[in-house]
Amino acid sequence: MNDASKLQVTLPITPDTSAAVASSAMVREGEAAAGPDIKVAARNVDVFYGDKQAIKDVSVDIPERSVTAFIGPSGCGKSTFLRCINRMNDTIDGCRVTGEITLDGLDIHDPSLDVVELRARVGMVFQKPNPFPKSIYENVAYGPRIHGLARGRPELDEIVESSLRKAGLFEEVKDRLDGPGTGLSGGQQQRLCIARAIAVSPEVILMDEPCSALDPIATAKVEELIDELKANYAIIIVTHSMQQAARVSQQTAFFHLGVLAEIGSTQEIFTNPKDKRTQDYITGRFG
Amino acid sequence: MNVGLLILIVLVIAAAGYVLGRRRSLATADGNIRGMHSLPGYHGQSVFLFASVPAFLVMIVWLLVQPLVIENQVSALIQPSDIPEGSSLSLVMADVRRIADGLDLAVARGALTEDQIATMRADLTNLRGRLADVGVAIAADVKQSVFVAAQEYRALNKIGLMVMSGLVIAVAVAGAAYSYSRITPRYRARNVAEAAIKALLILSSTVAILTTLGIILSLVFETAHFFNLYPARDFFFNLTWNPQFRGGSDLGIIPLLWGTLYVSFVALAVAVPVGLLAAIYLAEYASPTVRGIAKPAIEILAGIPTIVYGLFALITVGPLLRDYFAQPLGLGSSSSSVLTAGLVMGIMLIPFVSSLSDDVINAVPQAMRDGSYGLGATQSETVKKVILPAALPGIVGAILLAASRAIGETMIVVMGAGAAAKLSLNPLEAMTTITVKIVSQLTGDTEFASPETLVAFALGLSLFVVTLLLNIVALQVVRRYREQYE
Amino acid sequence: MSVDNTVAEAGRPRLIRADRTRRRNAAETRFRIYGVVAIVISLAALVFLVLSILSNGLGAFSQTFIAFDVYLDPAVIDKNGNRNPEEMKKVTTIGYGNLLKKALAADLEARGVSTEGIPPKEVDGLLSKDAPAQLRDKVLADPGLVGQTIRFETYANGRIDGYFKGRVTMESARLDSNVSPEQLELADRMRAAGIVSVRFNWGFLFGPDASELRPEAAGLGIAIIGSAYMMMIVLVLALPIGVAASIYLEEFARQNAFTDVIEVNIANLAAVPSIVFGILGLALFINFLGLPQSAPIVGGLVLTLMTLPTIIIATRASLKAVPPSIREAALGVGASKMQTVFHHVLPLAMPGILTGTIIGLAQALGETAPLLLIGMVAFVRDFPGPPPEGFFDPAAALPVQVYNWTQRADPAFVERASGAIIVLLVFLLSMNIIAIILRRRFERRW
Ligand SMILES: Nc1ncnc2c1ncn2[C@@H]1O[C@H](COP(=O)(O)OP(=O)(O)OP(=O)(O)O)[C@@H](O)[C@H]1O
Ligand SMILES: [Mg+2]
Repeated sequence: MNDASKLQVTLPITPDTSAAVASSAMVREGEAAAGPDIKVAARNVDVFYGDKQAIKDVSVDIPERSVTAFIGPSGCGKSTFLRCINRMNDTIDGCRVTGEITLDGLDIHDPSLDVVELRARVGMVFQKPNPFPKSIYENVAYGPRIHGLARGRPELDEIVESSLRKAGLFEEVKDRLDGPGTGLSGGQQQRLCIARAIAVSPEVILMDEPCSALDPIATAKVEELIDELKANYAIIIVTHSMQQAARVSQQTAFFHLGVLAEIGSTQEIFTNPKDKRTQDYITGRFG
Repeated sequence: MNVGLLILIVLVIAAAGYVLGRRRSLATADGNIRGMHSLPGYHGQSVFLFASVPAFLVMIVWLLVQPLVIENQVSALIQPSDIPEGSSLSLVMADVRRIADGLDLAVARGALTEDQIATMRADLTNLRGRLADVGVAIAADVKQSVFVAAQEYRALNKIGLMVMSGLVIAVAVAGAAYSYSRITPRYRARNVAEAAIKALLILSSTVAILTTLGIILSLVFETAHFFNLYPARDFFFNLTWNPQFRGGSDLGIIPLLWGTLYVSFVALAVAVPVGLLAAIYLAEYASPTVRGIAKPAIEILAGIPTIVYGLFALITVGPLLRDYFAQPLGLGSSSSSVLTAGLVMGIMLIPFVSSLSDDVINAVPQAMRDGSYGLGATQSETVKKVILPAALPGIVGAILLAASRAIGETMIVVMGAGAAAKLSLNPLEAMTTITVKIVSQLTGDTEFASPETLVAFALGLSLFVVTLLLNIVALQVVRRYREQYE
Repeated sequence: MSVDNTVAEAGRPRLIRADRTRRRNAAETRFRIYGVVAIVISLAALVFLVLSILSNGLGAFSQTFIAFDVYLDPAVIDKNGNRNPEEMKKVTTIGYGNLLKKALAADLEARGVSTEGIPPKEVDGLLSKDAPAQLRDKVLADPGLVGQTIRFETYANGRIDGYFKGRVTMESARLDSNVSPEQLELADRMRAAGIVSVRFNWGFLFGPDASELRPEAAGLGIAIIGSAYMMMIVLVLALPIGVAASIYLEEFARQNAFTDVIEVNIANLAAVPSIVFGILGLALFINFLGLPQSAPIVGGLVLTLMTLPTIIIATRASLKAVPPSIREAALGVGASKMQTVFHHVLPLAMPGILTGTIIGLAQALGETAPLLLIGMVAFVRDFPGPPPEGFFDPAAALPVQVYNWTQRADPAFVERASGAIIVLLVFLLSMNIIAIILRRRFERRW
């Protein structure tokens, strides 16, 4: 909590005016104060699906070693924005991203950067657990293999084990590493996907509603895991559960109809939101 | 050095490049794969590609160009006086090539040595006999000038091949060295290798275009040839088809077209009602068990090769129709007839019509059915008044596709319809079709360049155009229909 | 719809007039019956077709054989007596024919089978015209046999074979210049004496084709090899090209004019009449590229072009069936697009691709018309060599062999053509069963 609380101070919220103005103002001040702790910075990002604009002028800073939650009503562009950060939107026909996003100060759209390397540094966990229809071991080992992270089988074994351990799954599956990954329960599968993302030692982990397909017990396990992981990674989580956002995140961003309506410390957003729309949303008046 | 060996050498160079490239990439990164952009294997692959692809391209281009150049050079050696009466330069050049090949063969078999050939004179030695010994037949005795041309041809070929070999190997080595020298830990070898693979994928997908192009070109080219020898007007409007061995043939498409359409009409008259009613029954009435058995059983008919239907027409249906209909009714005595071919082709088309109609009927939304039942209509009224009208465009599309099949079908008509080109209405008489005549004109013994053979290409082109139009219209109709209910 | 509230005889109100309802119900029943009739017609046609082929063709698998003792007289077949096969090759089949003639007469006499009233030439006529050549091949393969008496078994003449299969009768023999009733009676006696027997004939499956006059010796060996070679070529070319094209269209290509052209082409190629592909093969591969006629390589290439659309359509369907979440998962850990496709998508689509390929191969195996145009109808007696050189040797193909046999005069060839169809159908059936098993086994629900 300590790192995050420091950040909260850097994000004062301007009391009035439109969200766009608010967010850009926030960022400008954030920029000045954030320094080396900002892992990902987005500036004036617009996303279009064909002619339709899904994200309008969003600017956000994602700090190192903390959890940022994206909340907002369905269809407001949370996933779309999340997918910009590791350029998953490149794979969608007709999707266009403008604006600047940097990772450690490096422009991720720089042609000298290979998108594959970007995705190795920015891991992603999806809404529905999507293990490869292969063995548990192969699921985790795949990333390290294609990135040449292990020099031999023993090293690879080690990566697989430590990733599974970090994902809190190792004890449950250590006897059936050769069993199919799709044979696990939903919660286990999701943790397997997290282990798979961790195995390539990313710096940022993007999670798009990682718990929406899970029961409360599995959700609790994943949340616990997120809490542990934030010691090493910058984590962004999209969620529809206010409680979850409140439980796991230090910073919360509220999206509405493609714009970033409000961003601030989680505590602030949930106890004292400045934006009317945020207020309405978290108190359940719409969305 | 022959081409096979050269290909092998290039591959060996490329393979060596793979191994070396892999090793070097590891070395430059001090064994730290993590710091490399691409896995060592990709570095190897990129060296492999740089070594092999340009080399093979050079080789292909060379092999295409060399014969043209050499042909030019050598034919300059042939004086007009060397060309016999009634022959032409191209025939003499064919002789030159054949002699050159024969000499190669003779050397390969040890019947002659290079020294012997170099000192040999065509007018002094029995060259023709020697070549006959190794199985190469030359029509007439060889003139000295032709023999000299053949020697020149061999010499140029040999030089050409040698230069090409040197060049190709040089290109391979240079390519390998170039990409080897570019290896650094940050070199994007994977992107290079993947771009090459992607190029291969694109190339593969152009095969479909190339095939269509090949079909159109070969048909149009030879058809143009044909129309040079035989007036297009006669082809399209002459009412007789009567090819002659010695020229003066009548090659009118009309009787063939008539036969084709007649047989197709009979086939559709069988297939459309049966297929459509079967599809309706299966879609609207049949219990799941009946459907589960009858549908695949009918579809078996679609998996049976047409030669089987052809044999069925020839040995079973044809004789049956002749013995029980044609002869008692005095309508003919031939076992091949329009009716034979049409009936059997109709059977073949049943599954075609039924499965397409089945799809179409199933695409009609349940809501339309419910609406009709809600008004108290019986099932058959619903089918006739609601479903069929709604599905009509799709069914029309299915029928058009079946018609295109019928028109292009070959084996059934070859074996069932007969070979006589006739404009007759009697379905129990033998008639013939476009496809039958394509087969008979192209499998006969006539000279390829004669109009009697070339007419097959004009027939093929007509067939291609007609079926293509039918298909395009049908696909369009079906697609429109699908979109309507999506 | 108007509803009459008429009062029926029973005094209860009825919704609809009875006669009208009856008419409508009758129409309903009639319509149903039409449907049933249509299905019965289709199924009856299938059954009739299969039965007709089976009843005509099963006979081709058994054959009448004649077995008797032959003394391989060195004075006839190896005059110099040094057992040198090169020299023995000079003796033609006529010499062997005389040998057989004598041997058969002697054997019949030894077993007490009377040949009275039958000219020696007709006794000899019971043997297949192929018999001398068979004996010659046997001796040349093993010159050590010369001087011995061996038991030699050979085909009976096609007419005699037809007699035992019911194709030839005494009445038809009387009208037939090729066989006499006396010969048939002799054949009966020989059968009783155990010289003649009817049994399964492997030669039909593995032997080469034989000329017009010796239907009994005609076999499918070369046709089966030719078809097998062509299937190999189709598999080796069409599968990779088809899969590569599908991957490009399904996974990489953006919707644009170029891909539209390809799509339209594929759809249309699937519907181009097969004979047109034959014309393409003739014009492009034989006339333009100078590949040999009658060779499996040309047939294989033509069939490859014909099979491509089938494979592409099946492959694209199975690539589409792989859920996008798998692709996202791989891309998410930093796999490139190419790695995603080759490591994950393609392996998952493989069962569907293979099923489509087998079905495409089955279609190609039965295809006849295009092969006629590229010279596969030629009469071929020599087995093609082993691949890959064998791909360039002349060969036949199963369906073309059927056509070929139907064009011959002797009715014995009709039986063989039907038998060849049975062989073809057995191959097709096995391929389809393999495809179904594959589909069942690897069917995946996502
Ligand atoms: N592939 C696409 N093509 C076109 N429009 C899209 C595509 N994906 C998303 N959109 C549109 O972009 C907008 C934002 O979608 P997005 O998936 O980012 O919403 P979200 O906030 O994640 O919603 P949810 O909470 O339901 O997941 C929506 O209006 C959606 O319809
Ligand atoms: Mg979403």
